[in-house]
Amino acid sequence: MTFEYLAVFSPLLGFIISFLFGKKIGARGSQIVTCGLMFVAAFSAINLFFSVILGGTQYVVPLAEWVSSDFFSANWALRFDTLSVVMMCVITIVSTCVHVYSVGYMSHDPHRSRFMSYLSLFTFAMLMLVSADNLLQLFFGWEGVGLASYLLIGFWNTKDSANSAAMKAFIVNRVGDFGLALGIMACFVVFGSINFETIFAGVESKQDLSVNFVGFDVHALTLIGLLLFTGAVGKSAQLGLHTWLPDAMEGPTPVSALIHAATMVTAGVFLVARFSPLYEYAPIALMVITIFGACTALVAATIGLTQFDIKRVIAYSTMSQLGYMFFALGVSAYGAAIFHLMTHAFFKALLFLGAGSVIHAMSDEQDMRNMGGIWKKIPFTYAMMWIGSLALAGVPLFAGYYSKDMIIEVAYADQTWFGDLAFTFGIIAAALTAFYSWRLILLTFHGKPRADKHVMDHVHESPPVMTAPLLVLAVGAIFSGAVFYNGFVGGHHDAHHGEAAVHAEVTPHAGDDMHHDTHAEVAHAEEGHHDLFAALNDRNLFWQNAIKVLPENDTVDAAHSVPFWVKKLPILMSALGIALAYIFYLVAPSLPALFSKAFKPVHSLFFRKWYFDELYDYIFVKNSLRLGLWFTWADRRIIDRFGPDGFANASAFVAKCSSRFQSGFIYQYAFVMLIGLVLAMLWIAPFDFSGLIDVLKSNFGK
Amino acid sequence: MFDLPVLSLMTFLPLVGVLFIVSVRSTDEEVMARNAKNTALFTSLFTTALGVYLAMQFDPADAGFQFVERMEWFPSLGISYYMGVDGISLFFVLLSAFLVPICILASWHSIKTRVKEFMIAFLILESLMIGTFCALDMFLFYVFFEAVLIPMFIIIGVWGGARRVYSAYKFFLYTLLGSVLMLVAMLVLYAQVGTSEIPVLMENPVVRDLQIWLWLAVFASFAVKMPMWPVHTWLPDAHVEAPTAGSVILAGVLLKMGGYGFLRFSLPMFPEASEVFAPMVFWLSVVAIIYTSLVALVQEDIKKLIAYSSVAHMGYVTLGIFTATTQGIEGGIFQMISHGLISGALFLSVGVIYDRLHTREIGRYGGIVKNMPKYATVFMILMLGSVGLPGTSGFVGEFLTLVGIYQVDTLVTLFAATGLIVGAPYMLYLYRRVVFGKQVNDDAAKMSDLNLRELSLFIPLVAMVIYFGFFPGYILDRINPSVDRLISTYESGLQKGEMRRAALLEAAQVKPAAGLDTQAVGTVPAFAPVHTDDAMDGGDLPMPIINYNE
Repeated sequence: MTFEYLAVFSPLLGFIISFLFGKKIGARGSQIVTCGLMFVAAFSAINLFFSVILGGTQYVVPLAEWVSSDFFSANWALRFDTLSVVMMCVITIVSTCVHVYSVGYMSHDPHRSRFMSYLSLFTFAMLMLVSADNLLQLFFGWEGVGLASYLLIGFWNTKDSANSAAMKAFIVNRVGDFGLALGIMACFVVFGSINFETIFAGVESKQDLSVNFVGFDVHALTLIGLLLFTGAVGKSAQLGLHTWLPDAMEGPTPVSALIHAATMVTAGVFLVARFSPLYEYAPIALMVITIFGACTALVAATIGLTQFDIKRVIAYSTMSQLGYMFFALGVSAYGAAIFHLMTHAFFKALLFLGAGSVIHAMSDEQDMRNMGGIWKKIPFTYAMMWIGSLALAGVPLFAGYYSKDMIIEVAYADQTWFGDLAFTFGIIAAALTAFYSWRLILLTFHGKPRADKHVMDHVHESPPVMTAPLLVLAVGAIFSGAVFYNGFVGGHHDAHHGEAAVHAEVTPHAGDDMHHDTHAEVAHAEEGHHDLFAALNDRNLFWQNAIKVLPENDTVDAAHSVPFWVKKLPILMSALGIALAYIFYLVAPSLPALFSKAFKPVHSLFFRKWYFDELYDYIFVKNSLRLGLWFTWADRRIIDRFGPDGFANASAFVAKCSSRFQSGFIYQYAFVMLIGLVLAMLWIAPFDFSGLIDVLKSNFGK
Repeated sequence: MFDLPVLSLMTFLPLVGVLFIVSVRSTDEEVMARNAKNTALFTSLFTTALGVYLAMQFDPADAGFQFVERMEWFPSLGISYYMGVDGISLFFVLLSAFLVPICILASWHSIKTRVKEFMIAFLILESLMIGTFCALDMFLFYVFFEAVLIPMFIIIGVWGGARRVYSAYKFFLYTLLGSVLMLVAMLVLYAQVGTSEIPVLMENPVVRDLQIWLWLAVFASFAVKMPMWPVHTWLPDAHVEAPTAGSVILAGVLLKMGGYGFLRFSLPMFPEASEVFAPMVFWLSVVAIIYTSLVALVQEDIKKLIAYSSVAHMGYVTLGIFTATTQGIEGGIFQMISHGLISGALFLSVGVIYDRLHTREIGRYGGIVKNMPKYATVFMILMLGSVGLPGTSGFVGEFLTLVGIYQVDTLVTLFAATGLIVGAPYMLYLYRRVVFGKQVNDDAAKMSDLNLRELSLFIPLVAMVIYFGFFPGYILDRINPSVDRLISTYESGLQKGEMRRAALLEAAQVKPAAGLDTQAVGTVPAFAPVHTDDAMDGGDLPMPIINYNE
């Protein structure tokens, strides 16, 4: 049981120690503590990976009660199944690399302790996210990684651009969280629980349920699916809520590698994969996911073509690759999506850290227009960037080849219009990906040096503390595809196995009833232990029940028998992209300028990022401020004016009027009294003056 | 069962402190001030200790009132001194007892004039606050509830800022208007049911039409206290002008009296009216959440910004309470407690920089993370609590209320949940402008970091914000039985109303002309006589004093 705790809580401990006692133990102390604890976490996670894969067990470690209000209850708990241990391995390995790399990269920064502590905080939150066994803990991790991202993007907090980017990341993500939160509530209302087990067990019986949402009767599972996906759109920077990701590059480069490439942004992919039992019964939600993913893959790639900031190019590449993962999810190829998530984590972290190494070497220059001709000076980094790019472009034998091609194949195999759309966009984006990857390499490393002499003299290879992590990631970027292909997406589909094990669960935990326990026993009896080779060669053994695919939706199976041209097309497109990049940036360097002039509107559309930022600024930011000012005015001029101030003024006015009567002059008082007397008499005896007249006559009329 | 009259002790101990302060006379101003401060601090700390004892002795499983004390007050009228707490009021008592010593410590150096009077006012305030939450007699409650106004009025009006008189009067005017209506409502209720005991009143709702009027009357009072939109405009002014400690107690405890009133009066005593008006409350709350969040975004005054954020956070409370679901009400109560801690601490942290730079203008600060790292950390945690990040207490309350409202009305939820989005920018923007960025003001750059006294104020608050974020169970477990009881009271009240209407309808159909005025029976009369079978299941109640049909 100790590995479970070590894997998740070591980073937390690292965070607490280096955050609270960073001053006492010094920067070096913080680095040693956080890195050491990350090694512990990574080791534990790998251990867990093997025990879950080999043991064929899935289980939940309950920790404590969190929120409990009547039926709405959520516990702190750690859930271990294939999906979560795969994620944990990716997170801890990449995070360890980034921790170590940061020791070198941030060596001149005065706030190294704080930086290391934030990295560990992020890792902890991410681990809590993937090991959640209920939606609320997932939400905790979800917001926790958002917080860490906010803190790290704005790490250089005297820079205005960094502060803006941090705020933007937080707020745009909150838009997604809004959907996720509603999704959690919808889950609670539909299933009466927010525990994964209860939800997944209830999906089948609710597959025809309609619920009322804001006045419309909608299919319950589709509603939940779409609301949860809204969260994923925000966190995973899909089209519409992606604008924060490129800006997030304001953070230090290790942050970009860890959070904005390898792990946090893939949380949305994880969420959808985790909810595969639900999405399988929500085909419309899956369709939406496919379309979003396909469009994101293409749009991001087009923007990536035109950017000059080395990190932004990679950021758009990340966004594009996330699009790939999403359309894989959308066609029910959850295994393929997670497979690409893993390989992508390695090669994209490698690319980012490599870019960091370049930036480090170039005295913090990020604009590729000011680079060039440095490959001989930093050969190791150059080689690493090549490996990363080869993997990204999907060149055979590198990791991306296995995962990305698989995704394109499943999109084809889906045989629906949106599957075809995704396939087409995916193919085009593949060529664009190869093009911008080599554009990056050629602009950065080749050609004539465009930096000034002072900078060029300082170009140097990074210290071993930075190159060693690159090496580890490079190993992943090369081999992770070939080694894990069969486990993630290989093997034959066994419908019977899949069906039988659908609800198989899990060591009993709080709130589980007898029903589940019996299932768990059945599952154990059926599966038992198997050897590593078998597990890594059959996706059913590998995934067990962590993801669920209905037999008729099993595109991964169908993808193994797609036509020959479908299998070969992605490689062809990549080759085309690479060749074009060579022509554009090495053979005839005047071509890009010519092209951008000839296709001016298209180029500016791409270069200005499809005008999303301008649009949002105009619609949301400006109007919120305008409304805020208007409401402030309304508070003063409407509510106060007719409320308390009006009341006060009115009573003051009345008081003023009545005070006129108290002038202090006797004759005025006497006059008023006289008038009053007359009026009173008139009132008592209206129009009857006969008596008065008689009296007057008798006295004066003589 | 409980020998120690804890509640009375907690309520009146501060007044003993006042006696001590008054009785010491000295010609030396300084000696008097020091004596007053020390006495106030120790008395309030002792009250806090009693609060801890109360919390430990409290039986979490018991849904009813505990630590009940009862003495005759006006025996001829059946009005008694009747105190007790249940799960709903317990944490408000604790919050009051907990925040007052913090406020006194926070004023240690910042209050320089009339120190003695300030401390007296604060102790009286504490006494009245605790009394409000403990009172189980309607009129006793009224006395405490209204009397709170006086020391607060004085605190703002005497130790406040430049426009303190305007703010104090605005505060007074708003709250007084509501109270007058509430008093009328209480008198009518007393006349109708014939008792002023809150537990009995809860079990005996009056007829529907009367409920409507009474609900509106008490709503006027509680909505102002809350404050709900659009009667919120006194709050920003009061906060801006109040001294730091005044703001803390205003945001921390006084606003909660409105929510507490809804829970004690509106929901159980007027269930049918609550049901009728719930949609109105929902939409007012939604407007409050969005409107005030946007207003907060453009404020240039730190205190005003946080004051507006309070209105938004209280929007969640009203939203949750009137859903009449377990999650909604528990979320509402939790949100109040959490807001008491967070916004109290936020006003304290404004006080810290105000003491150093004597301005509340955001633009005068900037980049202070450099010279005040500890302060930046504390402020960051509080900001995140205000934004409602999971792991802080702010999240639990906010999320539970949303879960509650989702079960009742998804459209309202859709709008209310935008609070997740609009609730973040203003705090982030505030933090960015005050703490991050370049240092533009040399004086701000020279401010010293938190000292030991200030740290000792923040640490307990911050620790509780985080602890209750991860383990809200301590609070939720204790309020749960009482909330369940409240809901069953509410629902049985609705049922009674249903039965009563059915009976009236039946009576109208069976004997339309049996000597009764047909017109009066056809429509339910506004002041119908109390049906004995309804009003009398409380047991040995005195007969209604006034029967309006006579």
